[in-house]
Amino acid sequence: MDRNFEYMFYGFAAAWIIVIVYVISIALRERRLRDELDRVKRMLEEGQRESK
Amino acid sequence: MRTKLIVILSVLAGALLAWNLHTIFLRVPDEASQGAIFRIFYFHFPAAVTSFTCFFVAMFSGLVYLNKRDLRFDAAAAAINEVAFAFATITLITGMIWGRIIWGIWWAWDPRITSYFICLLMYFGYFMMRRAVDEPHRRARLSAVLSILASVDIVIVWKSIEWFRTQHPGPVLEIRGGGGMAPGMEAPLFWNCLAFLLLESALVLVRMRQQSIQSEIESLRRYAHAF
Repeated sequence: MDRNFEYMFYGFAAAWIIVIVYVISIALRERRLRDELDRVKRMLEEGQRESK
Repeated sequence: MRTKLIVILSVLAGALLAWNLHTIFLRVPDEASQGAIFRIFYFHFPAAVTSFTCFFVAMFSGLVYLNKRDLRFDAAAAAINEVAFAFATITLITGMIWGRIIWGIWWAWDPRITSYFICLLMYFGYFMMRRAVDEPHRRARLSAVLSILASVDIVIVWKSIEWFRTQHPGPVLEIRGGGGMAPGMEAPLFWNCLAFLLLESALVLVRMRQQSIQSEIESLRRYAHAF
C-alpha cells in the first residue's frame, strides 16, 4: 500500500507539473507578444513622425 | 469582455478543482483491490474525455474553415488543439504511472495505448506542420485535413476497449456498459471532468487572445512596410 501512495503522488505530481509548465509557457508567450506589439507600435509612431 | 470570461472560468475551475481534490483525497475510500493509486483515475479519465472533446471541437472548427475560408476558425482550432494536447499528455503519463503499479510495467503495446500514442504523434505532427508552413491559408487547409484524420484515430481510441479485450481495462462506467463504480465514487469523476473543461476553456481563450495579438502585430508590420 505504501508503494501505491508513492506512485499516486507521482501521478498527481506529473499531472500538475504538466499543467503548470504549460501555463507558464503561455504566460511567457503573452509577455513576449505584448513586448513585440509595443515595439512595433513604437516603431510605427517613430516612422510616422519622421515622415512628417 | 474576454478577459473577464477568462477570469471567471479560471476561478470556477480552481474552486471546483480544490473541492474535488478535497473529496478525492479525504472522502473517497481506497479501492478494494488497487488501494490508493486508483485515485489517479480521477485525473486520467477527465483529462482523456475533455481532451477528446476539445480535439473534436477543433476538428469541427477546421471543417468550418474549409467551408468559409475564414482564418479565425483555423486560429481557434490551433488554440483548442494545443490545450487538448497538453491534457492528452496528462492522460498518457498518469496511465503509465498507474500501469507501473497495477500491471508491473510502464508501457504495453495494447490497442488502446498504442492508438492513443499514435493520436498524440498525429497532433505532434499537426503542430510541426503549422510551424513549417508559412502561407496562412495553405497552413489552415492542411491543419483542417490533419485534424479530421486525427479525429478518426480518436474514435478508434475510444472504441478500442470494446473492440479488443487486452491489457487496458474495459469500460468501467455504467454509461459505457461497464460495471460502474461504488456509490459516491463516480460523482467526483464527473465533477472533475467539468473542472478540467472549465480550465481548458480558459486556456483556449488565452491562446485565442494571443493569436489576435499576433495577427495585430502582423497587420501593423504590413502597414509599416507599405510606407
